Amino acid sequence: MSDQSLSSTPSRGNSARKRMLVDRSIDAFLVLFGLIMVLPLLMLVANAFKTPQELISWPPTLVPNNPTLDNITAVLNDTPLLLWMFNSFAFAALSTVAILATSAIAGYILGKFRYRSLNIIFLVILATAIVPFEVYMIPLYFQVQSLGLLNSLWGLLIGYLVMSFGIFLIRQNVIHSIPDELLEAARIDGAGELWIFFFIVLPLLRSALGALAVLAFFQAWTAFAWPLIVATTRDSYTIEVGLALFQTGFTVDLGKLSAASAIVLIPSVTLFVLLRKNFVEGVAGTGLKE
Amino acid sequence: MLKRRRWLFAIAAILPTLAIYFWVRILPIGEILRLSVHKWDLLSRNKPFIGLENFRELFGDHLFWEALRNTSIIAFGVLVITIPLAMIIAALIYHRTRSRFAGFYETTVFIPHVASLVPAAMAWKWIFDAKLGPLNAFLGLFGIPAQSWLFDPTLSLVAVIVLCSWQALGYAVIIYLVGLKNLPNSLFEAARLDGASGVQSFRFISMPLLKPITLYVSVVTLVSAFNVYAQVFVLASDAQGAPGRQVRVLVLDMLENAFRNYRVGYAASEAVVLLTIVLCLTAIQFTLLREKGGRS
Repeated sequence: MSDQSLSSTPSRGNSARKRMLVDRSIDAFLVLFGLIMVLPLLMLVANAFKTPQELISWPPTLVPNNPTLDNITAVLNDTPLLLWMFNSFAFAALSTVAILATSAIAGYILGKFRYRSLNIIFLVILATAIVPFEVYMIPLYFQVQSLGLLNSLWGLLIGYLVMSFGIFLIRQNVIHSIPDELLEAARIDGAGELWIFFFIVLPLLRSALGALAVLAFFQAWTAFAWPLIVATTRDSYTIEVGLALFQTGFTVDLGKLSAASAIVLIPSVTLFVLLRKNFVEGVAGTGLKE
Repeated sequence: MLKRRRWLFAIAAILPTLAIYFWVRILPIGEILRLSVHKWDLLSRNKPFIGLENFRELFGDHLFWEALRNTSIIAFGVLVITIPLAMIIAALIYHRTRSRFAGFYETTVFIPHVASLVPAAMAWKWIFDAKLGPLNAFLGLFGIPAQSWLFDPTLSLVAVIVLCSWQALGYAVIIYLVGLKNLPNSLFEAARLDGASGVQSFRFISMPLLKPITLYVSVVTLVSAFNVYAQVFVLASDAQGAPGRQVRVLVLDMLENAFRNYRVGYAASEAVVLLTIVLCLTAIQFTLLREKGGRS
């Protein structure tokens, strides 16, 4: 099942041994490759704990000789790093809630109710989904400005209230995993449409919504261009913007930068490792558009 | 009667989402198209219609051409590195699905894709650093002299491509893994009985069957690379973000025109060019897919 793409004929003992050898070397290669992929981040975290002398020593070390917390305390004193992280977190959490709500409702309606007007709506969403955010963020900026919401959480949120892909993902799931008969039976039993949505549809969509939640959260957490133009006061920065502007300062040294980066990286990477299954499911869903 | 009520429910339920969607997507997309044919210099009140004047000026603007050239080099550079590498890594991971380390492979390849952009870019900024960076230290072992990766115009493009490929790889691998899992088993059984080796059946069965996936991943990779910004912002900016020897990309040029030079109409025409590129790439994907469907 798992190895038909690369395996060779396992007819004799000799070739079986050879196959095992091949598998072992593939394992070794993949382990090495994986380590190289995360090496830049590991070194960044290591740098966060190095003393200034060690940071400039050749060759760079992977494990600090005299681990120090100086960089971390310095950066927490110099910058409102925790405030920026809170901004990012609040932005990502609210965006996730908004995207889940809009995607669940729209996905369900577009998946299960067949009217010509809805088909047109679906086509419009499909057509605009291709347009990258960077293309229309300038007019969106002026819309936020006209509401007086620049430099606020709500202004940030306006760019990330809906996600076309989320609507498609839920619609796809509704079509494939919720049988019409189930809904009809509930209607015959006298259930109202709202009741059906909340007590039949939503529970069946739990895993799809879980995957979408992880995607939506990371999308907002790593957003850059939009927060850069919308949140321009030191107190309203998101963590990505705060860090990017912090690193352009003259006096900032590598130790502090690495410390700040490590503080930002560790929670999001940990969250990813915990939610990997959901995340992969959601990302995989993006490739299944037919 | 009942039908009418269901219709009313459907419309009432979708209306709020639709209103939001209209306001935050369709309206600004329409607005960018409208602005691109108007002259609007933020400071002045009136926005006269000037037809294609913005585009005419754009095509004579050497900064725009530099941005377009850099962005295209980055996008295709990322494509050329990411797609073949992702296909191989995905095939190997898939082959070792039952391995004890399968989760480790998937996680480590994917982490760069979810790691926050700015800290990740900073890690690479240090790696590429001319004086302190481990890359030059490593190259020094082979007698290669230290390069100033982030200040040389060509090398800084290479640095951006490496960073973007490193981030894009995980996504492509995951999509390929899904594709590999969906391939029909029977073909591989038949190939095995005919004595095909693993590499042969990958080359002559998996790769052709994965063509639609390759097409999809290529377009997604290209489109997102054409929108590259944060990576360049961190990697190739000097102290105070001053453009010392900066890699100019489309989004950067666009934002600079809108918010530093206050030329919103002009920036809008740049956004329309970006949109056109994206639409062309998507159209190519659809055409090639349809062709394939017609033949098989």
